[in-house]
Amino acid sequence: MVLNCEHVWREISSYIEDDLDPGLRARIEEHLAHCRHCAAVLDSTRNILYLIADERTFELPAGFSKRLHARLEQEMGSAD
Amino acid sequence: MTQEAEARISTLPTNDKPSPEDESGLIRRILDGERELFHVLIKPFERGVFLSAYSILQDEADAEEVAQEAVMKAFRHLGSFRGEAKFSTWLTQIVINEARMRLRAKKSGRFESIDAAHDDESGDYTPALLADWREIPSEALERKELREILRSALEGLPRIYREVMMLRDVREIKIAETAQILGVTEGVVKVRLLRARLMMQKKLAPQLKARSQKPIWSIFKQRKAGSPWF
Repeated sequence: MVLNCEHVWREISSYIEDDLDPGLRARIEEHLAHCRHCAAVLDSTRNILYLIADERTFELPAGFSKRLHARLEQEMGSAD
Repeated sequence: MTQEAEARISTLPTNDKPSPEDESGLIRRILDGERELFHVLIKPFERGVFLSAYSILQDEADAEEVAQEAVMKAFRHLGSFRGEAKFSTWLTQIVINEARMRLRAKKSGRFESIDAAHDDESGDYTPALLADWREIPSEALERKELREILRSALEGLPRIYREVMMLRDVREIKIAETAQILGVTEGVVKVRLLRARLMMQKKLAPQLKARSQKPIWSIFKQRKAGSPWF
């Protein structure tokens, strides 16, 4: 069966995860080689995941660690 | 904090997660009375604990409070940790439960938000269609504007998708562990991930594409060294 774009979109996340059987993966790759729209969907999705995984995107509030350990120290003291 | 504790913590960088053997050794020593070592045990998981709470509560102050509460709970109940799951899984389960309880308390007496309308996991799987994609390198994250666009897109997702994306795509926790933390099957995690990723692509790709054509972003030519999981 030839895959259409909609089939590819539904598998794109598993494709990125490398969680597809080799036959389906090969058919998706064949589709991607000929469909620039789906290739752009894949590239843009991957790029977005790459950017949100970067530690600069979601940072800890300033002083978070210090406050956490100070509270822990207090907790340890009160448990004595 | 005592100087001894500070010295111990300072020797362990935030992302330096101990091996499972080191971790179980640390836990044993804490339970045997070296309680100060809990500072060391918790250090690599601080960011993850905060982000997991934040993905649910979407308020920095609430997320910090809940993250602290979860860590205190983990400290008080460390003796009940059986080691069947990883310590980080157990800890994240605690923080997610705490955050959900806090959210329920905040919402009590109010109508359920639009989150509930998206809990059925059915519906649209259509991405934004583009003719091509020009990669945005991680160096562009030096720009606050880009970080804010990314954060706000994730924050705009319904809660079940934010939770799964924060665990898998931001914290890079494996799918099986993500399922264990959320108390759902791996299949459910995969469906939610697909929807979350397509929603993010649909929301962000056109915006980012338009901005990436501005000269200010195109000066970032080189990709950061090192590869992420995907």
